[in-house]
Amino acid sequence: MSDLLQVERLAKRYGGIVATDGLSLGVADGELHAVIGPNGAGKTTLIAQLSGQTRPDSGRIVFAGSDITALPMHRRSHLGLARSFQITSLFLDLSVLDNVALAVQAHAGHSFRFWRDARKEPELREPARAALERLGLAGRAEQPASALSHGEHRQLELAMALAVKPRMLLLDEPMAGLGPEESAAMVALLRGLKREVTILLVEHDMEAVFALADRVTVLVYGRVIASGSPAAIRANEEVRQAYLGEAEATHG
Amino acid sequence: MSRELTLRNAVVALMFAGLVLLPIYAHFANDRFLLALFTRIVILAMAAVSLNLVLGYGGMMSFGHAVYLGIGGYAVGILAFEGVNSGFVQWPVAIAASALFALVIGALSLRTRGVYFIMITLAFAQMAYYVVAGLARYGGDDGLTIQKRSQFVAPLNLSDKVQFYYLCLALLFGSLYLVWRLVNSRFGLAVQGARSNDMRMRAIGFPTFRYKLICFVIAGTLCGLAGALLANHSDFISPATMYWTRSGDLIIMVVLGGMGSVVGPVFGAMALLVLEEALSGITEYWQIILGPLLLLVVLFAHGGIDGLLKLASGKVRP
Amino acid sequence: MTLFIEQCLNGLQFGLLLFLLAAGLTLVFGIMDLVNLAHGSLYMIGAYFAATFAAWTGSFVIGAVLALGATLLVGMAVEVVVMRRLYGRDHLDHVLGTFGLILFFDEAVRLIWGAEGLTLPLPSWLNTSLEILPGVDYSAYKFAIIVVTIAVAAFLYVLVMRTRVGMLIRAGASNREMVSALGVNIKLLYTLVFGLGAALAGLAGLMQAPILTVQIGMGENILILAFVITVIGGIGSIRGALVAALLVGFIDTLGRSYLPDFLRLILSPNAAATAAPALSSMLIYLLMAIVLVAKPEGLFSASGK
Repeated sequence: MSDLLQVERLAKRYGGIVATDGLSLGVADGELHAVIGPNGAGKTTLIAQLSGQTRPDSGRIVFAGSDITALPMHRRSHLGLARSFQITSLFLDLSVLDNVALAVQAHAGHSFRFWRDARKEPELREPARAALERLGLAGRAEQPASALSHGEHRQLELAMALAVKPRMLLLDEPMAGLGPEESAAMVALLRGLKREVTILLVEHDMEAVFALADRVTVLVYGRVIASGSPAAIRANEEVRQAYLGEAEATHG
Repeated sequence: MSRELTLRNAVVALMFAGLVLLPIYAHFANDRFLLALFTRIVILAMAAVSLNLVLGYGGMMSFGHAVYLGIGGYAVGILAFEGVNSGFVQWPVAIAASALFALVIGALSLRTRGVYFIMITLAFAQMAYYVVAGLARYGGDDGLTIQKRSQFVAPLNLSDKVQFYYLCLALLFGSLYLVWRLVNSRFGLAVQGARSNDMRMRAIGFPTFRYKLICFVIAGTLCGLAGALLANHSDFISPATMYWTRSGDLIIMVVLGGMGSVVGPVFGAMALLVLEEALSGITEYWQIILGPLLLLVVLFAHGGIDGLLKLASGKVRP
Repeated sequence: MTLFIEQCLNGLQFGLLLFLLAAGLTLVFGIMDLVNLAHGSLYMIGAYFAATFAAWTGSFVIGAVLALGATLLVGMAVEVVVMRRLYGRDHLDHVLGTFGLILFFDEAVRLIWGAEGLTLPLPSWLNTSLEILPGVDYSAYKFAIIVVTIAVAAFLYVLVMRTRVGMLIRAGASNREMVSALGVNIKLLYTLVFGLGAALAGLAGLMQAPILTVQIGMGENILILAFVITVIGGIGSIRGALVAALLVGFIDTLGRSYLPDFLRLILSPNAAATAAPALSSMLIYLLMAIVLVAKPEGLFSASGK
């Protein structure tokens, strides 16, 4: 069985800095695959290349059997590959509902409709409301996105990614900046999603990673140093030294 | 546009009513200058409304918008010079020429962002200025007098100042309605999303370039029509209409009036032109006041007049 | 042939003058991320100051030096009073705010010097021609402009590439936050950079004054060219500004001289006469369009933004 997402020897450098160094990994259909690594390991650069924000210097990305390495960003979403952002990237001056509805609109045919009020189109608003319900944001639908707390922003990020029923989610540190309660809620949410959609999860929060992941890949300096089940990774000496050791020291 | 009875909406309604009734007042006050002034205000308001579409809603800082006033105007002027006086030919040509120019300039300029975009739109507009100024046959630098206004079918007679005013006003109202429908449609939301966060729009699946380009073309076309009106109003067209500082004037109108609503630019056009008249009565050097005033608006009154009205309305809701 | 050499020199002179203007603009863009439409006003003020001081002191050179100093002071004052409030804001705010400054300066100049414009006559020792090459006479003053601007370009090179301040400038162009984080007095750096840009603009203005005119609105005309150059060269890159300015200078000058003749080869004399001025004006914009299609960030884009 071939993976839903195959990354083959991806490489990217910025001037003298090697961000991605012959990175290869595979994500099986239906699994939640976590990518961890110390700061500077190139996790966000990986997501940027997978989503099309950045072009790799070399290597291949194959999604659902098609080579998407050179595919423009906006086309990847239509193939079923959705992404959330590490640094909140929303439409802050639009309402919460507008934010999600735009995600729905992107996949509801073309937008060369000039006359009808799009805020009154059920085929856009209904799925948007449903996504907000799911994430517990329904009560904030009419408020400007800028009025939400940081935790709610992370939820909105997820709502937008989910609204289009993707095949695969690229989640870039969804727990970033969340307090303990909010983190637990987010973990529960992601657990609920596991059966519906394949997930590539980049995270620093080790509790969440080991609670959710089917497989874990460890990145250091843009290279994969280990990949396997959570238990295997936890036991791996090299990984412990490179990463978990310092993490434990800080979490102490 | 909210339908509630707020201070701001009342002011908007009053302004519209005032514009409709103006010729009657001007007639009784025997003030021909007033009618001429407000015809100009209405035409430039239409241009400003079109600019707001790309600037306020689209987030595209086009600093060459006045070029479309020139293209529309010269379409009328050149055709009139060559003996084609029918508005039925002139105005569609004005519209088509503006649309084509906007398409080409937009396609080239929208490849860039931010500061580059500003400079490029400015540069292309200036190019048009120099090209037209180099056309000696059509008056070059001195401009072109238009002997006869655009001819339509009786009883529509553009030389009748009152009729012409109402035509301009009707077109302004039409533009406002059109832009209003546009910004709330799927297309409008896509453009607004691109303004708000272009990267996110592309990430969720919008090919933002094409939507921004079409927005740019629509705005240019609308402004081209305003240009045709302007040429008729002045019975004259010159390259100065397209000079880049005139684009600056349009931007001032939009920002002064308020970019957050369809109607804001109308406030801006009115405020700027009335202010010009009032200040030049006081001192010949009125721009020395306008300059710093603009700076102050930029620094402190970001939402423009409309913004201030909405702020005030927040406290006066029945 | 001599005409061709003369036109080449004219192109060089024009290009170098444009470089002075564009260098200041691109520095300010690159380092402070500030769109300054009023850059042309500083160019105008330099010319006006030069004409006035030269008349007062009776000496062209003293007048020029005083004008340079005065423009520098005005530039720094503008930076402290106005520009500081604009940093970090939306570019639209910059555009509007500096546009307001243009209106202000135009009127202020009109108030102080009147609407007529001024002249700046050349002293006799500059108002001659030199034999540059055997058989080729060229205006001594224009030649002086070439020499001075090359000297300034060399100075800028040394400043930006070899001094500590220059290193900060280059660093700031690619990473503003980093420079701040290094504990450098950013405010002072910005004031100096802006002042430098103003001085360059003023120098361009005063050098151009004897050749063209000194009038209100001269800044607006040339500002566009400076913008085009900055776009072609790449924002933040002085090297780019030099290359682009020379390109623009040559293409514009040679184009205007030879395009009419060229057109006469392929069009009727009437058509050529009509089209020539319009097409000549279009040349540099065509260049800009071509560069944009090929490389939207300009030829030598400095920052990785």
